[in-house]
Formats: sequence, C-alpha cells, structure tokens
Amino acid sequence: MVTFLARRLGLMVLTLWIISLIVFFAGQILPGDPGRAILGPFAAKSAVQVLDTQLGVNRPLLTRYLSWVSGLLHGNMGTSYSYRTAVEPFIRAALINSVKLALLAFVIVVPLGILGGVIAALNVGRAVDRIISVTGLSLSAMPEFVTGIVLIVVFGVELKVLPVTASAGAGAGDLTQFRHLILPAIPLVFILFGYIARMARAGTIEALNSDYARTAVLKGLPRVTVIRRHILRNSLLPTITVIATQTGYLIGGLVVVETLFNYQGIGNLIFKAATAKDFPMLEAGVLVIGVVYVLATLAADLLLIALNPRLRAGGQDG
Amino acid sequence: MAESHFLDEPGLPSPADPLGPLGPEAAAVAVTVAVPVMRGQTRWRLLLRRPTFGVGAGILLFWVICAIFGHAFAPDNPLAQQLLSANAAPSGSHWFGTDPLGRDVLSRVIVGARDILVITPLATVLGTIGGTALGLAMGYFGGAIDLIAGRLVEAVLAIPAVIIAFLFVVALGPSTTTLIIVIGLIFTPLIARTVRAAVLTERNLDYLSSARLLGENPVRIMFGEILPNVMPAILVEFTVRLGYAVFTVATLSFLGFGVQPPTPDWGADIAANYSGLLAGYWWQTLFPALAIASLVTAVNLITDAIEQVLNA
Repeated sequence: MVTFLARRLGLMVLTLWIISLIVFFAGQILPGDPGRAILGPFAAKSAVQVLDTQLGVNRPLLTRYLSWVSGLLHGNMGTSYSYRTAVEPFIRAALINSVKLALLAFVIVVPLGILGGVIAALNVGRAVDRIISVTGLSLSAMPEFVTGIVLIVVFGVELKVLPVTASAGAGAGDLTQFRHLILPAIPLVFILFGYIARMARAGTIEALNSDYARTAVLKGLPRVTVIRRHILRNSLLPTITVIATQTGYLIGGLVVVETLFNYQGIGNLIFKAATAKDFPMLEAGVLVIGVVYVLATLAADLLLIALNPRLRAGGQDG
Repeated sequence: MAESHFLDEPGLPSPADPLGPLGPEAAAVAVTVAVPVMRGQTRWRLLLRRPTFGVGAGILLFWVICAIFGHAFAPDNPLAQQLLSANAAPSGSHWFGTDPLGRDVLSRVIVGARDILVITPLATVLGTIGGTALGLAMGYFGGAIDLIAGRLVEAVLAIPAVIIAFLFVVALGPSTTTLIIVIGLIFTPLIARTVRAAVLTERNLDYLSSARLLGENPVRIMFGEILPNVMPAILVEFTVRLGYAVFTVATLSFLGFGVQPPTPDWGADIAANYSGLLAGYWWQTLFPALAIASLVTAVNLITDAIEQVLNA
C-alpha cells in the first residue's frame, strides 16, 4: 500500500513537471519577445530592451525556467503584464468563482448521468439505449457556445425565466447568485452527461453479466433488489474515475461558458489574459487547471481504493 | 430454419398472418443474409446498411460538397456587404436573412464549411499518424519508453485540449497551418494511449512470439504484424478524434483564435453576431449553430455505426 502510494505520488510529480515544461515552452519560448509584444511594433528598440530587462526575459532560458519554477514552488506565480501586480490574487478569486459553477454542474450531472447510463444498460440494444447513447455522445461533442446560445435564446430572451448573466452583482443573496448560475451550468451538464452515462452503462452491463448477478436472480431476489444491492454498487466504481477525469474538461468548457455568460471565473481570466497577451497570467491559469486535474485524479484513485475492498486487499501485498 | 424466431420479432408478420405483405420469399432472404463471417467486405456492407451511418455520411458529404464547391452554388458572394439590407430577416431573396453588414447568411454558412473541413481532417490525420507510431512503440517496447511517454500523455490529458490549443495558438498567432499542427500534436499522445492499450492485448499472442523468434526486426513486427490487427481500434479512435477536432476548432474560432474574419466561419460568425440575439436577430446565430451541430452529429453517427459494426 505504501509502495503503491509512493509510486503514485512520484508519477504525479513527474506529470506536473512535464506540464510545467509544456506551459513554459508555450508561454515563454514560442511568443518571442514579450517587451515587443507589450509595447507594440512601433516602440523604440531601446525601450523594448529596457522592459525586457525589467521583466527578466533576456536571461538564458534555463535560468528563466529555474527561477520561474522556484517562484511557483514558493507560491509566486509571476507578475501580470497587464496589471503590473502579482497574479495570485486574480487566480485565487477566479478559481473560487469557477469552483462554485463547476460544483453546481456536478451536482446536477452526476445523478442524471448515472441514471441515464443505468437505464440504457437495462435496455441494452433497444431503442431507449440507442437514444440515450447517441444523444449523450452528440451533447458531449456539441461545443458549449452552441448549447449556451440556444439556452440564452430560449430561457433568457424568449421565456425570460432565468437571468442570462452569471454574476448577480455585488451584495446579491446566495439564492439570487444561485439562480444566475443555473443557465451557465447547463452547457457543462450537457458536455459531461454523455461521458458519465457511457461509463455507468458499461459498468452496469458488466455487472449484469456477472456470476453474482445471475446467482442473485436465480435465488429469487426481486429485480429491483438485484439492481440496487448487487448491480449499482459494482457498476458505479469506474464512474468515479470518469467523474474525476472530466474535471479537467469541465474547466476547459468554463473558458467558453464564462466568456459567454460574463462570469469572473478562471476560464474568463484565461480568455482575457490571452486576448491581452498577458502571458504570466495565462501560464498561471493553465498551470492551475493542470494541478486541479492532477489532484482530482489522485483523489479519485484514493476514493476508489477506499471503496473497493478488492483493491484494498491487493494493495496491501504490493 | 430460424423462421419461428423471426415471427417473434415485432413488426414482422404475426402467426395469425403468416405470409405478411411481402410473402415467404422476403422472410427467407432476410434469414440467409445473416452471415457470421466478419471479413472486411462484409463489415463494409454491414456498415452501409446501418441507417445511422447513412444519415451521418449523407450530412458529412453535404458539407464536404459545400466546402469544395460552395463558392460556385452559394446564392451570393459571402463577403459582399449590402449595408442597406443589413439585419434583414429570412425572406425569399435571403433565405437565411442577412448579418449586420448585410452579408447573406446562407452563403456564409455554405462557404463557412471550408476552413473547418480542411483543418479538422488534416489535424486528425496528423495526430493519428503520430499517435499510432508512439502508441505502437509504447505498447511494444514497454519499459522506460512507456513510462516517459505515459507521463507526457498524462500531462496533455491534465489540460483540456481547448486550453492547450488556446495557449499555443495565442503564442504562435492564429492561422490554418498553426491550428492543424497544434491540434495534431495535442491529439498525438491522446491517440497513442488508445493504440498502446490495443497493442497490449495483442502483445502476448502467439503470432507475435513466433515473429520475434523468427528474428524479424521490431519495426517490421510493429507495422507489419501488430498494426493490421489494431487497425479497427485506430479507425474508431480516428472518428472519435475527428468529432473532438470539430469541437476544438469551432470553439477556438468562437473565442477569436481560430479562423479569422472576414473569412466565413461558423464559430467566428456566431461570436460576431450573438449579441444581436437580444435585438431579435436570431437567424444570424441560429443557422451557423445548426451547421456546427449537424456536422458534429454527423461525425458522431458515423463513429457510432463503425463501433457497432466492429463490436458485432
């Protein structure tokens, strides 16, 4: 068990290191001269050089990478080109907002996806199964801005039942803020529904074909009891992993949804940083997303071990 | 014969009406077609017979024709501005209405198929070639190659494709070539993961041990022996990724980092016009959105049909 955990954490650190390399490469090597990018094509060469020195970007690459990483380890994520102040406060505030939106989406989609998957599995090969699978797959692949715009038109503009901006404004009560978040959460629900339903379906089909399920049926247990006691408990384990894996994709969706609904989350922050070519902010945002994903998969692995006695027993040997 | 079984199927002649509208010949033909042997040609024929494949391929073909010949049959020049007829609702002269610059929305939707249908297949092919080579190497050699490449896969998985693409496209500046290369590179490790998993199930089979014992070189074994056997998995992965590529390109265009205006593009046109929804100009946004939705659905229907046939 200890060996397993140590290996798992070691691999996690390795993954984080590769993420940092990708982000450094894309954010600091590819864009070329940051001083020129900030000051524009008509600025004097000397001014660009002064700014580059101030920003520390004319040092050797390895020195820059090492000082960037050591800054990150000390919680210093860099200085925004646009605001000329540290990026952490922006990132922290945006992350908290995004977590609220993401949590609401999860609270809606997890039960819905599992229900859809189980229903599809119980009707495998029939029309209900095909409809749930194809609808789920299509919704997952439908860009959030397409579903988001349809929702804005239908619920915000035509029916006028829900607000079309995600932020309720300062001083708004929790309930008002919640109402504002419903519409932005739905495109995220659409994206995730297909994945979760697919996984729950596969898990349920496997459990339905198992020996223990057959035994339960043959000894005369009612169908509902078999499904609840024997099938669901086993079929939902792989679904946990998928939910964790999809956290990252959920955040990807946030870029579009938060921009569309004008919500001050991490996605909107990344979008604005990209538009302003504010690379330190952009790097910090992308890095935080990577860290959130890596931690979410770690949490899922640990949860899976805690919930599955077979893995727990197997882990103790290793 | 399986006649009695067929009578149990809903929609077929009931025992009370044994011959049904088509008579016994039709039933006999239907029974003999179910051949269990799954050769390439049989699979292809099974695929063609699936209604989901037909519908998906039909829609895709429509958009491919629009992408190639769109300029020839679009009713208007998609770039021509007619400010006097701006924001006109759908009518006989403009079936899909006009945008705020008076450009014909129908023409822009037709011609807008071009860039997305150039970028997505090329990016997916690039990612599939790279991913197949990497996945074969990871699965076949294992060990350090697998461990290191596996971390790369994890790292790319950790950041949503749209966001990595975003980061690179912002750094390099948006262009068709940039989009193809960036999306192709992001897909490479993701496709490699699937190919690796498929290779691992083949790895310990007898034909590989004998190929190794015969002293064939690893490259020959990987591409000559394993590749043909993991081809179905790669084909499914290709179509799945094609769907994601459409998604990613449309999203990047919507965010302003994909296809650049004034070139007609569905995502970019939606971004330019969605604020007009509040004024009631729904046609400027709805038709490009339906175009994206139909393309995504078409690719998914094809993927679904291929998966069904391969798993049958």
